[in-house]
Amino acid sequence: MAIDAQRAVEAVWRIESARLIAGLARIVGDVGVAEELAQDALVAALEQWPESGVPEKPGAWLMGTAKHRAIDLIRRNQRLGRKYEELGHELMAQELEAPDFEAAVDDEIGDDLLRLVFTACHPVLSTEARVALTLRLLGGLTSEEIARAFLVPVATVQQRIVRAKRTLTEAHVPFELPPTPELAERLASVLEVVYLIFNEGYAATAGDDWMRPGLCEDALRLGRILAGLVPDEPEVHGLVALMEIQSSRSRARKGPSGEMVLLLDQDRGRWDQLLIRRGLAALQRAEDRGGAFGPYALQAAIAACHARARRGEDTDWKRIAALYDALAELAPSPVVELNRAVAVAMAFGPAAGLEIVDSLATEPALGAYHLLPSVRGDLLAKLGRHGEARAEFERAASLTRNEPERRLLQKRAAASAERG
Amino acid sequence: MRFLILVPGNEQSEAGVLPDEKIFIEMNRYNEELVNAGVMLAAHGLHPTSKGAKVKFSGGKRTIIDGPFTEAKELIAGFWLIEVKSKEEAIEWVKRAPFDGGVEIEIRQVQEAEDLGDALPEEVRLAEQRMSAQMAAQRQQRK
Repeated sequence: MAIDAQRAVEAVWRIESARLIAGLARIVGDVGVAEELAQDALVAALEQWPESGVPEKPGAWLMGTAKHRAIDLIRRNQRLGRKYEELGHELMAQELEAPDFEAAVDDEIGDDLLRLVFTACHPVLSTEARVALTLRLLGGLTSEEIARAFLVPVATVQQRIVRAKRTLTEAHVPFELPPTPELAERLASVLEVVYLIFNEGYAATAGDDWMRPGLCEDALRLGRILAGLVPDEPEVHGLVALMEIQSSRSRARKGPSGEMVLLLDQDRGRWDQLLIRRGLAALQRAEDRGGAFGPYALQAAIAACHARARRGEDTDWKRIAALYDALAELAPSPVVELNRAVAVAMAFGPAAGLEIVDSLATEPALGAYHLLPSVRGDLLAKLGRHGEARAEFERAASLTRNEPERRLLQKRAAASAERG
Repeated sequence: MRFLILVPGNEQSEAGVLPDEKIFIEMNRYNEELVNAGVMLAAHGLHPTSKGAKVKFSGGKRTIIDGPFTEAKELIAGFWLIEVKSKEEAIEWVKRAPFDGGVEIEIRQVQEAEDLGDALPEEVRLAEQRMSAQMAAQRQQRK
């Protein structure tokens, strides 16, 4: 019973915490304080609900409890002659009874949530802090869950969050939407954080498990929430499309003994058609809003090319190569260039791809990037240059931090050695 | 994890009568909430069973039975498919739905391939391995 009640509290928390923190942050003007008040309410729920059962309107209960704590806090601070006085007036003026949280205008909650998103991804914060704060404040994850997802000690996550909240307070970051001229850039940084979370789940950079579907689901959920908050922004739909389509393959990416199965070797029957349909619909929304050539929409369009091909050999590689051309122009990066090389190799032959790869050999950003030798090895093998291919696979294996991937690369090196 | 939320039918839904405007608006609002929270994967209402049919299997024979179906417990009027972290979360979401009048909403977890795991018959697992090997061989030939 006690455990059931605790799980029920956790479920309510997952559903309500973002709105709760956002609503409180608007009242107290500080995300850190809002989060602590919300945590206090959570502790109270954990103490009381196992006895009393989950209240009829759990969101309103949490909000009411948190507001009472806020008033206590303000009174205490007033006694100590500290700040928050102006806050006190506002809060005291409000009814002490739990407000009808559910009846609060949806738009208002949406605005608060959006403010919370932008605050959690504020540029004064480090990327790591943005990720931790976004998962914690928007995703409703506990420090333990975040630590498990990123394979770092719980204390590290807690410290990151404490520091991030302090940074926001010290920098006097207001709980507001960014001013219009900054909006596009700030939104891009929010999308980047969500995609980073997704990628950490989709292609874990470290550890024995190279996929953490839970983290992908968290990112996808965040993306879908964002799409609801800023439905007119094409790139939000582009990002959601990209994540939906990539997620559609997660079942097929893992072989029977847990090894990674590459895209072209995947059993396409195991792709999740529901997620593909959702992804294609999201891509359509991005395009309908004039965003066909945004960086996420382009990547989603590439993913869609794969999703539409019933068999690997049906893939429209020429279109993919063209989309990579557009992406390389819009957001030039060595990684995009490497991907373009793969697409060009598939569309126009391994020699054409190798030419692009070779132009990247001196790229310092790719110096320790295992995919460069891995791709080069693949193209060399296709050209029958097995000796060189083997050396590249071995180099790639020595560079990856991911165990299953290392085994796959070693296998390919051995196969090249046999033929060399 | 995914859950299928099944909404039972009743005389009204079987008669093809749409719910009144108030319920419609409430349901729409609820759906929006599910979408905005990022948990909704799909949702559909179903036509009355009079537009459906059953196929009965016995002894190699297939018999078609046209709707409407008579047994009340067989009536399903609609469903949601949601993606959440736990059964408790699914329950919490369903508790927020605007139903009344003693209606019972069924919550069922969707099986994933991993859930089958060891339960998968040996033949099926071997067949899968054979298929993988066959596909790998075909790839080698293409190279």
